[in-house]
Amino acid sequence: MSIDWNQYDPQDYFDELIALKGVPRQSARHLVQHLETLGGNELESCRQMAEATIKEMGVSFTVYTEEGNIDRAWPFDIIPRTISARQWERTAAGLKQRLKALNLFIGDLYDQQEILKDRVIPRHIIDDSKNFRPECVGVKPAHGVWAHICGTDLVRDADGEFYVLEDNLRVPSGVAYMLENRAITKRVLPELFQKDEIKPVGDYPARLFDTLMSLSPRRIKRPEIVVLTPGIFNSAYFEHAYLAQQMGAELVEGSDLVVGKDNCVYMRTISGLERIDVIYRRIDDLFLDPEVFHSDSVVGVPGVMRAWRAGNVALANAPGAGVADDKVVYAYVPEIIRYYLNEEPLIANVKTYICDDPEQRNYVVEHIAELVVKPANESGGYGMLIGPHSSRDEQARFVKLINENPRNYIAQPTLSLSTAPTLVGEGRVEPRHLDLRPFVLQAEESYVTTGGLTRVAMNKGSLVVNSSQGGGSKDTWVVNGEAN
Amino acid sequence: MLSKVAEKLYWTARYMERVESTARLVSVYDSLLFDLPQEFDISWYNLVTLNSSESLFEKEYANRSELNVVKFLLADEANPSSMLSALNMVRENVRTTRDVLPYDYWEMVNELHIFARGNIRQGIFRRARHKFLGQMIKGCQQINGSIMGTMSRDASWHFLRLGRNLERADMATRLLDAGAVIQILSEAEIHMLIGQVVWGNVLRSSSADLSYRRTMRSAVRDCDVAAFLLYDPHFPRSLHFCLSAILAAVKKLPNSNEVVEKLQRILKTRYELENSQRLGDEFRDYLNQLQLDLGGLHLQFSQTWFSLEQKDTA
Repeated sequence: MSIDWNQYDPQDYFDELIALKGVPRQSARHLVQHLETLGGNELESCRQMAEATIKEMGVSFTVYTEEGNIDRAWPFDIIPRTISARQWERTAAGLKQRLKALNLFIGDLYDQQEILKDRVIPRHIIDDSKNFRPECVGVKPAHGVWAHICGTDLVRDADGEFYVLEDNLRVPSGVAYMLENRAITKRVLPELFQKDEIKPVGDYPARLFDTLMSLSPRRIKRPEIVVLTPGIFNSAYFEHAYLAQQMGAELVEGSDLVVGKDNCVYMRTISGLERIDVIYRRIDDLFLDPEVFHSDSVVGVPGVMRAWRAGNVALANAPGAGVADDKVVYAYVPEIIRYYLNEEPLIANVKTYICDDPEQRNYVVEHIAELVVKPANESGGYGMLIGPHSSRDEQARFVKLINENPRNYIAQPTLSLSTAPTLVGEGRVEPRHLDLRPFVLQAEESYVTTGGLTRVAMNKGSLVVNSSQGGGSKDTWVVNGEAN
Repeated sequence: MLSKVAEKLYWTARYMERVESTARLVSVYDSLLFDLPQEFDISWYNLVTLNSSESLFEKEYANRSELNVVKFLLADEANPSSMLSALNMVRENVRTTRDVLPYDYWEMVNELHIFARGNIRQGIFRRARHKFLGQMIKGCQQINGSIMGTMSRDASWHFLRLGRNLERADMATRLLDAGAVIQILSEAEIHMLIGQVVWGNVLRSSSADLSYRRTMRSAVRDCDVAAFLLYDPHFPRSLHFCLSAILAAVKKLPNSNEVVEKLQRILKTRYELENSQRLGDEFRDYLNQLQLDLGGLHLQFSQTWFSLEQKDTA
């Protein structure tokens, strides 16, 4: 049996592919038609082919379990998610604007702190921030940029508009999966690439390379760039290796690097020590340098902060950039954009209540059963309360947590995340919720990926898209054509 | 190039070679045993001896049946030199050196790994064994072939060459030793026909039978086989060919003076092989010394290029 689109019902959610029952959006017209011509068997064989391809390409991520670490195949849904090119242009401009402002903000915090003096953001928010690093004060990274690589999480609400849910400015991951998703789809649905004008995504590694090159402190022809990974047991190791390969950079671990008395960073090679210029580090700030941060870190490089402060090596992202990742700071981003750029934000934030503010806190406590409460500095969807799906006990526990440490919590309304048709059985599709993580680069120039990584909550009704918690992904097509 | 990466490439090639040579060995033995008289005491267990894995085997298995030996050699993951273990190691090493290998390499290794794990039973039972092993060998050749036309002859390439050729050189000495052992054990009863079968088998295990005939233009005789597998300058699995390949690779790598000297020393020592004399204990001592030399080479590679404790030049 082939897909019966008249049976597909996205209810009140915004669906990425289907505008009204049986009517596809412009950007998805060819895709939906094509899927209709495939029988259930053919769809099933496409699905199996994708699965085999993923295994053969070795696209995997690591899951930590009590039984040890498992290298799991990447969960993938073969039906792409489409976005019209026109809408994407607007969104991309908004993402660049946002990162530009955030970088000015981070630079200001580690310099004159004008924004605090002007009382746009209360000083104690920054003083109490877990991710503000006094070690970074006074450092002037190249181009004034601290967060060179950013993986912004976007969601679409019922009104069909994109909203920013999070800015990930520390070590965002997922871009390799975005690239591999496209490679898989090209093998599974090759016919569609003839019919539709689907914008390519493959230039990311080259743009990342250019971005990193432009940070080199030495003005030499071939700066040495390395990708610093915590190692094979990290959940994103696959991506670290993939990006290093695509850029022709060395993939190194902390033990491969050494900082000399001259405050330069060297790697251990077959011909001895060789100086390196740029480190794309995929290790958290606090594990980066045991001389400065966690002294028991075994994945870091002793002395690398000395070298960075001396201007002998570039770190991407710069240490301390995570200060803008704080979810309380997030609530101020629209103000930050106005303050530094004198522009209106092109993409809105999700409505956010700051528990630090007494009035807003009261609102949160009273409406806790309707809201999503998040700690200010967690990622991966941990430590949060989803009001409508929670028990009274859990709600009471969070009220207590909020009152004890209001600075550490924010709350947001429960979003109606958009959906897209997802294969759930032979020839059967059902709506599943999803989000979108585009990747934004900034150095001398800015760049935004074409689309990004679409993450899907594979379980019916679920809003959790994290791959560590049952999420999967889809290829993301930015398609030329009329707006949705 | 990073020391760590160099070491992993070296091991990738060694294990890759081990996968292929194990598949080849089992496959050749399969047909050899049909040719020998029943009462002649040459058994599957020789393959365990050949790999110096007797104690591990005895620990795990109650008897030396064909099934047990083949399982031990192909599928047993407790045996670090089984075909499957070696393939696991290839995959692990490639997984962490993907950034320097051509993209296809990883994908093909992955495919072969999936194929081997999924079909390993076919290798253990006799009926499908030949076909399965043939596919494994083809898989290995495909992987090795893939880099011929796509990989730069830079340091990465040279470390792959070091690994592949050291493993091959080691295998050549082991195969000859296995032949000599059978010959000594059965000195009394051995006659021309069996000698032909045994030494013919040594040749086939290195896929050397055809080249041997064309080069030596003689019947299969112990001394000629030994001379061919040790000193033939053109056959890619002979000891000297492998050592010369290592020498050529080493000369392209930094800080290689001491390694070059050592290689030249090993290449100079030749064993007098005269047709009148049988290959006995003295020959085995020579082979034993060669294996020690090869082990010494490995250590020197490791000290020269892989060790993390390098002089701090900063």
